[in-house]
Amino acid sequence: MREIVEIRWHGRGGQGAKTAALLLADAAFNTGKFVQGFPEYGPERMGAPITAYNRISNEKITVHSNIYYPDYVVVVDESLIDAVDVTGGLKEGGAIIINSTRKPAEIRKELKGYSGRVCTLDARKISEEELGSNFPNTPMLGAVVKVSGVVDADEFLKDMEGSFKNKFATKPQVIEGNMKALERSMEEVVIE
Amino acid sequence: MGIRERLSGNEAIAIAFKQINPDVMGAFPITPSTEIPQYFSQYVANGEVDTEFIAVESEHSAMSTCIGASAAGARAVTATSSAGLALMWELLSVAASARLPITLACVNRALTGPININCDHSDSMGARDTGWIQLYSENNQEAYDNMLQAMRIGENSKVMLPVMVCQDGFITSHAIENIELLETEKVKDFVGEYRPENYLLKKENPVSVGAYATAAYYIEAKRAQAQAMINAKEVILEVAAEFEKVTGRKYGFFEEYMMEDAEEAIVVIGSTAGTAKEAVRIMREEGKKVGLIKIRVLRPFPMKELAAALSHVKSVAVMDKAESFSACGGPLFAEVRSALYDCKTRPLMINYIYGLGGRDVTVENIQYAFESLKEIKTSGEAGETYRYLGVRE
Amino acid sequence: MSLKAKDINENTSWKDLTLGCAIFEPMTSAAVNTGNWRTMKPSFNEEKCKQCLLCVPVCPDCAIPVKDGKRTDFDFYFCKGCGICYKVCPFGAIEFKIDDKKEV
Repeated sequence: MREIVEIRWHGRGGQGAKTAALLLADAAFNTGKFVQGFPEYGPERMGAPITAYNRISNEKITVHSNIYYPDYVVVVDESLIDAVDVTGGLKEGGAIIINSTRKPAEIRKELKGYSGRVCTLDARKISEEELGSNFPNTPMLGAVVKVSGVVDADEFLKDMEGSFKNKFATKPQVIEGNMKALERSMEEVVIE
Repeated sequence: MGIRERLSGNEAIAIAFKQINPDVMGAFPITPSTEIPQYFSQYVANGEVDTEFIAVESEHSAMSTCIGASAAGARAVTATSSAGLALMWELLSVAASARLPITLACVNRALTGPININCDHSDSMGARDTGWIQLYSENNQEAYDNMLQAMRIGENSKVMLPVMVCQDGFITSHAIENIELLETEKVKDFVGEYRPENYLLKKENPVSVGAYATAAYYIEAKRAQAQAMINAKEVILEVAAEFEKVTGRKYGFFEEYMMEDAEEAIVVIGSTAGTAKEAVRIMREEGKKVGLIKIRVLRPFPMKELAAALSHVKSVAVMDKAESFSACGGPLFAEVRSALYDCKTRPLMINYIYGLGGRDVTVENIQYAFESLKEIKTSGEAGETYRYLGVRE
Repeated sequence: MSLKAKDINENTSWKDLTLGCAIFEPMTSAAVNTGNWRTMKPSFNEEKCKQCLLCVPVCPDCAIPVKDGKRTDFDFYFCKGCGICYKVCPFGAIEFKIDDKKEV
């Protein structure tokens, strides 16, 4: 079998889970990978549960279905654990990364017996401290790169700095905060 | 060799249009094709193209705008989906019969009933008999490549027909994937300028377009139009050969994937072909002789070529991402099965209606279809030919 | 293959039609003898006519030629025999009768 890393994102409409998936695709693309980044579209509105996906590989990817057996799951909004089967199909050798103030051991009890790695990150806190408001997707992006290793961490940070410089050309003051948010989340994500 | 990028299918089409810099775009937004005129209008606003962007109040007017522009000698483009294409219906036929080589980016979406915004092919399948050339794309790369070839095909003097470049709504239109773009100068060299022989306001030879044809002329007009579609086959291959020289990427009427010694095969259109390739790879590793044919050109229909490609296969499933409510199968099934009628030996053939209204199609779905084909091959009986895949019973 | 509508008729092969049935010359209707659609026929009495020219603009087929400010006889190649000219003439200078076709 060819090596494809598959990631599923759970968020709520408006939280930037789709954007985070596209940013991850960008970052992986910039380090030479073949990528897919796509949301599952429906008539969702702000606050409704949404799903987005990434496939990342060293070879061309042809599959165009959704992802049912992900290597990694990212939960941008902790309240989704009750609403959505977030660990559905998640590989035991993979990991779930959840935006939460709680510790992984505590959350694991709610994950229907999932025995793989459970990781948590207080993305809200990092975002509010570094970016001044709650944009959890940037810290969660840092955490998924750290946990999955799908992109080399140093290359990732270098690439993100470049894209922030490009994206925030008119407000360079926010670049540093975004970079700090990424670096902190890669350090602070708790993996158990 | 090209520009390595990552783009959604809609971005790929918008960039193809930017590189081509057409004279006129008449467009109206509709999910999931909205991004194409949205991105393109930014290029217009930024002065990156000198296209006349005409914002209209409906798709009927979008196509009317393209017809007027094309009749006046302009290279006209548009983009639409689903109900938008349906609202263009009347004008699609007008464009084709007036022999105006307009280019339309169709981002496939289910036609309403129940209302739905996701992908199937019911919109463009319904338009397949309007006289447009139809090219289908598996992914963003093919959408881009097909768009670069579309104008060369449609504007060829032996053809002079409008061209629809289709891709799967959301599945490829909104998915970011790797793509290799051609440098803009190379695109301009390849696509060239549109120089029609005659057009409305040509002062040496002005022309009236859209005249009434009585019964004494109508069938002759249609026969001439039919000939253009016949001629298009040769032109499509010529343009593809030239495109291959520039890009190294090969195109034909359809792609044959692991078909050489295949005993079971599926015939499929669009993004599902990519998913099916994965299924074929997995099953080949298990020693199963399976293959697939992905239709790129539905109009003109490559009847003889398909017959040659499928005649040695034992059992075939034709995959229709659209109903035709004939009570006996989808539109592609009817045509593929008809293509094999003249073969001395021909495979057993079944139809699967699948993926309607955005129903996700998985590798396992395709493997299931292949397993059914194996049963059919073994038993020698096709059984019920009109089947649904992935429907709750 | 001619591009001219006047050269295209009901014996023309599909191969010789213009692209998309485009028409390359103005006034192709001038080639169509609409006069043979006529069942009623107007006739013009020059002595009763005051040259008021009311009949000229109401003719749907422009079948009343005007020369040097004066109307002349009907152009029966185009006159369809609608009778509007007969209705508007205030001087009874136009008669309107069954067309026996002998004079066309």
